[in-house]
Amino acid sequence: MTLNRNILYFTIMALLLLGVGLFQSWNVSLSILNLCLISAIMALGVNIQWGYAGLFNVGIMGFAALGGLAAVLVAMPPIEGAWDKGGWGALGGLLLAVISIALAVFTYKKMKIGKYRTISIVAICIIGFFLSRYIFGPATHAIESINPAKSGYLGGLGLPIVISWPIGGLFAGIAAWVIGKITLGLRSDYLAIATLGISEIIIAVLKHEDWMTRGVKNVIGMPRPVPYEVNLQTTEWFLDMSNWFGTDPVGFSSIFVKICYAGLFIVMLLIVLWLSETALKSPWGRMMRAIRDNEVSANAMGKNVTKRHLQVFVLGSVVVGIAGAMLTTLDGQLTPTSYQPLRFTFLIWIMVIVGGSGNNWGAILGGFVIWFFWIEAEPLGLLLMNVITSGMSEDSGLRLHLINSAAHMRLMTMGIILLLVLRFSPRGLLPEKS
Amino acid sequence: MEDLLNAFFLMSNFVFVPAIAYGSQLALGAVGVTLVYGILRFSNFAHGDIMAFGTMVVILFTWLFQSYGINLGPLPTAILALPFGIIATAIFLLGSDKFVYKFYREKKAIPVTYLIASVGIMFVLNGIVRFIIGPNDQRFADGERFIIKAKAMKQYLGTAEGVSIKVSQGLTVITAVIVVMALFWFLNKTRTGKSMRAFSDNEDLALLSGISPDKVVSVTWILVAILATIAGTLYGLDKSFKPFTYFMLLLPIFASAIVGGLGNPLGAIAGGFVIAFSEIMITYPYKKFVAYIVPGDWKPDGLVQLLATDYKFAVSFIILVLVLLFKPTGIFAGKSV
Repeated sequence: MTLNRNILYFTIMALLLLGVGLFQSWNVSLSILNLCLISAIMALGVNIQWGYAGLFNVGIMGFAALGGLAAVLVAMPPIEGAWDKGGWGALGGLLLAVISIALAVFTYKKMKIGKYRTISIVAICIIGFFLSRYIFGPATHAIESINPAKSGYLGGLGLPIVISWPIGGLFAGIAAWVIGKITLGLRSDYLAIATLGISEIIIAVLKHEDWMTRGVKNVIGMPRPVPYEVNLQTTEWFLDMSNWFGTDPVGFSSIFVKICYAGLFIVMLLIVLWLSETALKSPWGRMMRAIRDNEVSANAMGKNVTKRHLQVFVLGSVVVGIAGAMLTTLDGQLTPTSYQPLRFTFLIWIMVIVGGSGNNWGAILGGFVIWFFWIEAEPLGLLLMNVITSGMSEDSGLRLHLINSAAHMRLMTMGIILLLVLRFSPRGLLPEKS
Repeated sequence: MEDLLNAFFLMSNFVFVPAIAYGSQLALGAVGVTLVYGILRFSNFAHGDIMAFGTMVVILFTWLFQSYGINLGPLPTAILALPFGIIATAIFLLGSDKFVYKFYREKKAIPVTYLIASVGIMFVLNGIVRFIIGPNDQRFADGERFIIKAKAMKQYLGTAEGVSIKVSQGLTVITAVIVVMALFWFLNKTRTGKSMRAFSDNEDLALLSGISPDKVVSVTWILVAILATIAGTLYGLDKSFKPFTYFMLLLPIFASAIVGGLGNPLGAIAGGFVIAFSEIMITYPYKKFVAYIVPGDWKPDGLVQLLATDYKFAVSFIILVLVLLFKPTGIFAGKSV
């Protein structure tokens, strides 16, 4: 029965995408498909945290942004002279900060409780802060002053961008470990609030640390894992193929590039899905669900609940980080201002809950369905507003206001969908197998 | 001597007075969060947007009154519009409780379900506010701008720096004091208030002794509407109204409530001031201040700023993390687990 349901829903989804391809354009359809695939991977990551373990992460945006940062640091060509001028200073400053935090933690653990411990920890933190600022400040300033209009940042390592996907996962995993270490074991609200906080801070860092990400000047023109349209249009085998399909090579090249991306993303999705399914079916997965369903009894059985939660939280965040790096790869640019919590955190949540928490196929379906409607709701909303206001005069203030505000209806619709699904169908479209 | 006076005035203008005003706004917000936590037992993610919704209604009524030419002279017209904002917010919150939260309460759902439901409410409010008033900045302060003007003070005292206090800052502090006093009177002296505290301390015992849970919950939401609308309006008068800023206020408000101990209103007020003072003192550039207090011509080259203003949210986050690490129940004992 569930298998039939799986097939039915995914067939409907495929038909919807085909419909967009036939009636709107193949370009639009493939763009939606690519983002659906990335959303599905992100939803898988959140499903690992929420569906397997019941952890409420409100900082998905931050982990996705760390993936984007990894894409810049790995793939962009290094900037001439930036490393000599300030690269080592910037790294040294950061390293010093990390060392002083580690030293403070070490002191906290090793010294006896008392006045002296407090004083030494405070002293280590203050000295560490000023010392690292002293090295870090001039170094970043030097980097930012190199040709600020065009570069003004450190650049990356110039490696193939696909390598940044696992690196993005690593970054997100480290951030998740720190947050999880602090908040897991306390009540569930604290994890939610702390992840909300860390994601805002990660975005703030991306926006303001120009030496690393160029800040709001954005990093553009990132290298691609797939061929460029312009090169394709002059390649012989491509022109032959285009002729064979009987299409215009310029239009076909952009479709071809999107298909290449889709291929890469599908491979990634299948890898992540296979790993998640294997994990879910393993004894480890059963243990996670046992902990989720009854923490007290799992604890009594000798399971270390906090440790397992930390593990699953890091794993889920790694998947979100990978998806974040893939998203930046697809965009070909890192624009810190485009990271909005509603789009990156709460939309992904709705995907997981609508799709069916605890079921990996459900998370994927949710990613497809919600992203599809998120994109297609805009023209539909505008159409609706035009119909509603058609009786009003052309320059009526109310009419213009309603049409301009149609975009905000999406937020409300998403909220209502979330509330309705949570109440009337809390198990989602594809419920977890029991 | 004069330099020291100048330095003191400078600090007063840019650190103490703004921090007291901001702290009062955070405190009012945090008390709202803490009340919901104490009675309904979840962290209300919609609180920032509830503030935005209340403020939006206040702004709309302010514009209406302004168009009729009604005003309060030196005070902002928004005060007149405040009751309407509170009523609209209370109606919305009671409605959201009836249609959303009540179902989960009767089912005795786990706390995280409420959390997700509050995220849903947040979305809806976000949509409503942006749909009606738009995502942009709105200024709605009118009346006098200053209680004490810097220029007049400079002439009077003959110092380089003057002292200035904005009407919105004075108004914020006075209103906050009145609201907090009224709230504590209500919680400690009235029958309903006492039953609320009993409910917060021990739900089962309170139910056994015949306290009606529906009444307690409704009164809580009305109190939240009052607190959130007042906090939001004061913040909007002091700075400006922008829906996204109100969403972002969620982090400092949560931090205040947790620092003070979740579920403890007195702690939430203290937490609000802790967060506000740290945020402003850590991000204030002390360049001019240092120039006044050090002898001779020695002046710092940099801004003498501990942390760039862009990272002000990091301050509340770091304080939050420290509290969670060392004292998860908050400074004043609240509920932790």
